[in-house]
Amino acid sequence: MDYGDSPAEAQFRSGLRAWLAENNPGLPASSTSDEYWAGQAPWHRALYDAGYFGISWPESVGGRGLPSVYDVILDEELAAAGAPPRPSVGYLVQGILRHAGDDVRQRFLPGIVSGRERWCQGFSEPDAGSDLAVLRTRADRDGDDYVINGHKVWTSYSDQADWCLVLARTDQDAPKHKGISAFAVRMDQPGVQQRPLRMINGITREFGEVTFDGARARAVDMVGEPGEGWRLAMTVVSHEREPGELGFVSRYAKAVKELAQLAREDRAAYTEEDLHTLGWALVGTEMLRLHVRRRLSDRLDGITHGPEGSVDKVLMTQVEQQVAHAALKASRVHPDHEEDTWMKMYLYSRAQSVMGGTAQIQRNLIATRILGLPPS
Amino acid sequence: MDVRLSPEQVALKETARKLAQTLCPGNVSDLDDTERAAKLDAAVTSSGWRQLRLPDDEPGTPLASGVEAAIVAEELARALADTSYLGPLLAGDLARRAGLEDVDATTFALTSDLAHLARVPTSDAAETVAVDAGGSASALVLEPSRNGYELRTVELRPSVIRTDLTRPLAGVATAPVPVEGAAELSEDDVTAWTALALAMLSADLVGVMRGAVELARDYALVREQYGTTIGSFQAVQHLIAEAHVAAEGSYSLALHAAWAADVLTPREALLAARHAKAFSSRAALTVCETAIQVHGGIGNTWECMAHVYLRRGLHSSDILGGAGASLAFVLAQHGLKGGDDGLR
Ligand SMILES: Cc1cc2nc3c(=O)[nH]c(=O)nc-3n(C[C@H](O)[C@H](O)[C@H](O)COP(=O)(O)OP(=O)(O)OC[C@H]3O[C@@H](n4cnc5c(N)ncnc54)[C@H](O)[C@@H]3O)c2cc1C
Repeated sequence: MDYGDSPAEAQFRSGLRAWLAENNPGLPASSTSDEYWAGQAPWHRALYDAGYFGISWPESVGGRGLPSVYDVILDEELAAAGAPPRPSVGYLVQGILRHAGDDVRQRFLPGIVSGRERWCQGFSEPDAGSDLAVLRTRADRDGDDYVINGHKVWTSYSDQADWCLVLARTDQDAPKHKGISAFAVRMDQPGVQQRPLRMINGITREFGEVTFDGARARAVDMVGEPGEGWRLAMTVVSHEREPGELGFVSRYAKAVKELAQLAREDRAAYTEEDLHTLGWALVGTEMLRLHVRRRLSDRLDGITHGPEGSVDKVLMTQVEQQVAHAALKASRVHPDHEEDTWMKMYLYSRAQSVMGGTAQIQRNLIATRILGLPPS
Repeated sequence: MDVRLSPEQVALKETARKLAQTLCPGNVSDLDDTERAAKLDAAVTSSGWRQLRLPDDEPGTPLASGVEAAIVAEELARALADTSYLGPLLAGDLARRAGLEDVDATTFALTSDLAHLARVPTSDAAETVAVDAGGSASALVLEPSRNGYELRTVELRPSVIRTDLTRPLAGVATAPVPVEGAAELSEDDVTAWTALALAMLSADLVGVMRGAVELARDYALVREQYGTTIGSFQAVQHLIAEAHVAAEGSYSLALHAAWAADVLTPREALLAARHAKAFSSRAALTVCETAIQVHGGIGNTWECMAHVYLRRGLHSSDILGGAGASLAFVLAQHGLKGGDDGLR
């Protein structure tokens, strides 16, 4: 057991550090600025071109085939350098890797991994959120194509996406979990409309709603077998729940470091209670850093993911919201009148207990799938 | 970077778990079963676990790493082992740092609030308390000296059970006497020892949490109300799920702290340990209270094991300073609180 770097890991780290010294785009935090979202695509490609994106994914799809612990090093160094986190597309990659046939993998994965093509995830609908299986978007076979009609919402990155991974009902008569299939759907076609939604912190490039009105997807672009959409969705969301898949952990580390610095500069403005809030954010961030190391080390045994992702998600949510509560204080002490980035960060943090399955859904999963309690 | 337990460590965990499951109290009245307690004590004695931190053949190295010692601590706490472990383990570690092969004292003494290692004459000897004192006749204390500290022993009064029903405390009966052959301990030695002790207490707290979660889960699976088991109610499920999450987060910190105790510098190890102690002290209180809540009325009776977990959790939190003291240390490290003196 060793928390330190092996020689190969140390070499990787120092190479990365040198690269970052030259190539840090200096973007603001992802949660507080449209500028971040606008700069995300070039950042993704820059990381990839330098060999720092998709490092733990198979070489056959453009990855480097390294163990997941290299992702830890990447995230740590990005945070230490004050660079933006790596774009989070890992859960889509994992879903396609696991469920699609070879041709679909080869057609799409290299583009997603390299950042040449942007993707969004069209699962949620206005009436199908936590209970995703009641989704109503339908796809009907028409020759070599499927014709898609329906309405998706809260679709992250819908404004920039070239493709959407759409869950749609292909069999109206099958039980609700069985009649769903997944498709790669081009966003730039007449039947697809995208409208940005404004988040509570004012950001307009985080997510949007998407309508499909006679949009077309080629039958060969179905991801997985007909009726396998639900299983694919479960793979995707369970990966989405693991902090290791996201660069978020480094985002918290960066924020909490800045918050501690601000508090040091203006100690007199902080009450004992404020300091406690900040202290718990520091402890929580450290917990998450070590938790990710532990969980990604477990993958060296070949275990990829499972219900434990829900534990990770709850911990990640708690920490983000703790850091955000500390940020609220900073927003009061250092009102940055034009932007108020700390207030924006706080407001954004409310989404962490909703996206990727709400905090309540995670607790349901932990209770039934990890602790063996009966379904409610 | 590979923080999985080695196969040997996994095997140790299994052994410790099996032994604890077989011989630890299965219910509250078992705590009075002296025959069982003697068997548990004998089994732990023959395991050699209390000596894990005594010197190995290789100079300067203990027989086993902090991680191995933490594995045992967690499993014993999880089953509420009512036999000494951390006292002798940590006394052995202190003795090793003073260049000794072994030591007679089988535990160590703290200030009466349990927050600090006793330093006589700075702390009044009469006011010091030995922890984990079951079966201990004497305890180690420190005496400040010119370049650091000297080891002293004090004789103990008969031990008494207080908050924690599984590990008694003992008052000090005599003035401290020097330990023969002990070298002076440096400030760094004491810091490194404290880091190890905090890591072990964090592991104990993780064990307490895991045991309390299992107790609550098992009860929720059998207790029926409204014609169904209470474990099928979401309000109950969410309580237990939260408790499980708290234990997992605590474990991630405690494991690192146990590793850090042997590998990082004393200051770094102490910071790692303070993170773990802060998180696990706070989490353990909530988790054990949750276990009581899930048991309803029975949870408020002496017979229910839930309070035995809570009591052990409270005690392990108090030893060497709980959530508040540990958080203050972390803040001090970030320059957000006055000097960290005395916070060790
Ligand atoms: C920032 C952000 C980004 C997102 N990105 C995407 C994306 O890219 N693609 C995508 O498809 N979706 C995305 N989503 C949508 C997200 O997955 C859903 O919002 C989420 O699954 C919850 O569904 P809902 O909003 O319909 O809430 P509801 O399901 O209506 O839930 C409302 C409340 O009821 C509770 N509740 C519901 N069911 C249960 C139950 N069984 N037990 C206990 N409590 C329950 C919930 O916890 C919640 O508190 C995103 C959401 C956000 C906020």
